[in-house]
Amino acid sequence: MNTLVNYVRSLFLVELFRGMGVTGRYLFRGKFTLEYPEERAPQSPRFRGLHAQRRYPNGEERCIACKLCEATCPALAITIEAAPREDGQRRTTRYDIDLFKCIFCGFCEESCPVDAIVESRIYEYHFENREDAVMTKSKLLELGEKYEAQLAADRAVQAAYR
Amino acid sequence: MEAITNFLVSFPTEFPVLWILVRIVVIVLPLMLAVAYFTYAERKIIGYMQVRLGPNRVGPKGWLQPIADAVKLMFKEIIIPSGANKFLFVLAPMLALGPALAAWAVLPFDDGMVLTDINAGLLYILALTSVAVYGVIIAGWVSNSKYAFLGAIRSAAQIVSYEIAMGFALVGVLVAAGSLNLSDIVRAQEGGLLHWFWLPLLPLFVIYFISGVAETNRAPFDVAEGESEIVAGFHVEYSGMTFAVFFLAEYANMILISALTALMFLGGWLSPFQGSFMESWFTWVPGIIWFFLKILIFGFLFLWFRATFPRYRYDQIMRLGWKVFIPITIVWILVVAVAVVYKFPIWFD
Repeated sequence: MNTLVNYVRSLFLVELFRGMGVTGRYLFRGKFTLEYPEERAPQSPRFRGLHAQRRYPNGEERCIACKLCEATCPALAITIEAAPREDGQRRTTRYDIDLFKCIFCGFCEESCPVDAIVESRIYEYHFENREDAVMTKSKLLELGEKYEAQLAADRAVQAAYR
Repeated sequence: MEAITNFLVSFPTEFPVLWILVRIVVIVLPLMLAVAYFTYAERKIIGYMQVRLGPNRVGPKGWLQPIADAVKLMFKEIIIPSGANKFLFVLAPMLALGPALAAWAVLPFDDGMVLTDINAGLLYILALTSVAVYGVIIAGWVSNSKYAFLGAIRSAAQIVSYEIAMGFALVGVLVAAGSLNLSDIVRAQEGGLLHWFWLPLLPLFVIYFISGVAETNRAPFDVAEGESEIVAGFHVEYSGMTFAVFFLAEYANMILISALTALMFLGGWLSPFQGSFMESWFTWVPGIIWFFLKILIFGFLFLWFRATFPRYRYDQIMRLGWKVFIPITIVWILVVAVAVVYKFPIWFD
């Protein structure tokens, strides 16, 4: 009996018509498309975009060359060289992040004891040369200065969870 | 002024070849435009069914997208593989497109509005739609590539199987209408929605359209292309304009199958309200509009199928063709023949 019912159902294309009913309904549903340059998805304060290095309000750079970020980086994207400054403080002489290697996991930011290396909300950028894909210390500090207000605000929102 | 009108009136009789050329252009140019915008409709409708927007960047609401695509394809390089036979490689796409366009010669757009009113129209159509397979098979074989070859083999087996079911469905139409002339087939359906052949020939109607989908290698019967299995099947090695011609052929064939189904089962140019109280309301609508509307219905169905059904497995396609469609069509030809002999009322009296 069951076989017979199945046979008749397949002969009269019952399942196929039901399938077409589903797609037919979806034809009139609201669309999910985000029309990108005009519309943008909302961003979280935890957004992990392009890297930046911050300074203290008095202008002193935060990074103390502890190399925790370099050690924790799962993609081995960070290269740090350190030396004592004229006043005897330890500072980085080289701080490179290879963006081709970076996977934007945010571990460097989490590991940083002084909130020096951070990931900003910038996600629209491009390179014209391969060398440009390496974020040098000067580029990182420049970005940090430019977006300090936003970076500080995001860190403040997240302070309670860290 | 008079000279111009005289010239226009005598033009068809004085330059018959030129007159035919003019009429061919009048059919083919809008057809090409329809093909271009059919691709746009496909992307838009399938996009909407997948809850996204489809092309909307080139021109207002994306209306210029097919033009942009055409221009892009025209300027792309045509790459001919070193192992390929150059002549056949270029010939194959033309062989695919030619029959799809030539078949329009016998399609009546309205009563008397037909390029050539030949009596064996149905046979001509059947012959031409079969010739189109050669384009696919030659393309697959001559590309000297295993994917293309697999695609061609699949396509050949599939089209041979479905040609039979399609032919039998046409035999049913032939028996019911008593003529091979497409205009006469439409005239035999006169009398409104319920008098059209879709009702007495319902199984043949469904089988004809499904076989048509299989003949044009469209989803869910697109194993010949099967991009997830054999890359793009028979046209992997094609690029630029040669690829565009295959693309055109596929869509022209879809429109052709839609038009044929409309002619043979939905009464071509006939108004659906014939014989009902609403007939007088719609007498101002020219027959060609009804015909185009019916083509649109089937064109939309092609896209709807593609958005809904997953691809058939190869053996399932064969099973469906040989073990389901052919027996049903044979039985229904018998039913129709009996109905015609005993003058079954409303359709065959």
